Amino acid sequence: MTQASLRRWLWVHKWASLVCTSFLLVICITGLPLVFRDEIGDWLDDSLPYASAPDGTANVSLDRLAATARQMYPGEIIGSIFVDDDEPKVMVAMAPSWVAYNADRKSAHWIKFDANTGKVLKQSKSFSGDGRSFLDVMLSLHRDLFVGLPGELFMGLMALLFVAAIVSGVVVYAPFMRRLDFGTVRRDRSPRRTWLDLHNLLGIVTVAWTLVVGITGVINELSTPLFALWQMTDVKAMLAPLGDKPVPAESELSSPQAAYDTARAALPGMVATSVVFPGSPFGSPYHYLIWTKGQQPLTSRLFSPVLVDARTGALVSVVSMPWYLRTLEVSRPLHFGDYGGLPLKIIWALLDLVTIAVLGSGLYLWLRREVGFGTGRVHAHAPQTNSAAT
Amino acid sequence: MTADKAPSRRTLRQVFAAPLALALVTVAGLLAALAGDGAWDALSWIALGIPLATLVVFVSLSGRSSPSGQGNH
Repeated sequence: MTQASLRRWLWVHKWASLVCTSFLLVICITGLPLVFRDEIGDWLDDSLPYASAPDGTANVSLDRLAATARQMYPGEIIGSIFVDDDEPKVMVAMAPSWVAYNADRKSAHWIKFDANTGKVLKQSKSFSGDGRSFLDVMLSLHRDLFVGLPGELFMGLMALLFVAAIVSGVVVYAPFMRRLDFGTVRRDRSPRRTWLDLHNLLGIVTVAWTLVVGITGVINELSTPLFALWQMTDVKAMLAPLGDKPVPAESELSSPQAAYDTARAALPGMVATSVVFPGSPFGSPYHYLIWTKGQQPLTSRLFSPVLVDARTGALVSVVSMPWYLRTLEVSRPLHFGDYGGLPLKIIWALLDLVTIAVLGSGLYLWLRREVGFGTGRVHAHAPQTNSAAT
Repeated sequence: MTADKAPSRRTLRQVFAAPLALALVTVAGLLAALAGDGAWDALSWIALGIPLATLVVFVSLSGRSSPSGQGNH
């Protein structure tokens, strides 16, 4: 590598890192509890316990749960019903009306039912009245800094800079290591030199993981625009032949349980996880949209929506997802680390801590920088000539 | 690459041999848990534990080295 190109790479490494480091520290620190979001969520959950039921007990009909929900909140609409495939629970999401929900998503609320008995286990207040849970705060700090889409795009950009910092870090690793064995940490002269060696070692050993989590983080931050793109293209084309029929009134709706069963029959081997009611901004104006997924670790992350006519209950189509949403779906587990049991989550947390150490040591190295770093007087063995740390 | 030809210089291949091996093990570990449950998960924990164990070994080794250090410059 020429001195000029090394200087350029050092410049990229310095500035990409400096710009993103403080945000990445927020991301890494809030990511730590988010790795264990299921465990923490269960622990903080104050729902009534599930009734004990033998394995294979049939779920209560969704029709009955929908009727109970409507009795509890007369005049309100049901937005969706979520059927958990892990725990015996069914969540019914409601809102005062679609108009109210579209104007303010926080007008929604939910009821949690025991899937085996139909008993109400917990109810949210409206989201605005419920306050933010600890995990909501962590997720917002991690994903969008409480400002929605602009925050998502900004944090996605920071993640992109992080990826640039990693790639440039790998490039400048080579000249720094020309005269050192892999894994060398010199503790004899200045603390800065020790931290430089630690920064290089921690960074290069975890580089594949940080790259994967960084790139999948960028992709996850694009989920809002990617879903919007899908709605504006494929979904619009799919619904266009149906014209401008009004959203069916509650009295016109066919049975949600029957729609759920129709979807399951259309895709044997898949698990149906939720029924989105017609009128939802996340569904279709005329159909029940039933989300189904596979049962293997990978396929359980790949969802296929099934459309069922909400008036007649007839199967309309199994929608195929475009490649960019498939990419998004695959990038979720690789970012969250939630696909290999608790030990994988612990590994994720440890690697996250190593990343924090790399970020922190990088910041320290910059604060204690020698005159010349990235400014033109860089030698391939710069780390060794380091007595004049400022 | 620079024209510097000091005898102790390592080639790119030497510099990146260990990092590349660790990266391949990491990617294998990330994919193993996606491939299946049970044994696949265990394989993934072992594979992803290797870079972490590498860090523990090298950081603790350096802590026990003599003040003259391992720097050979």
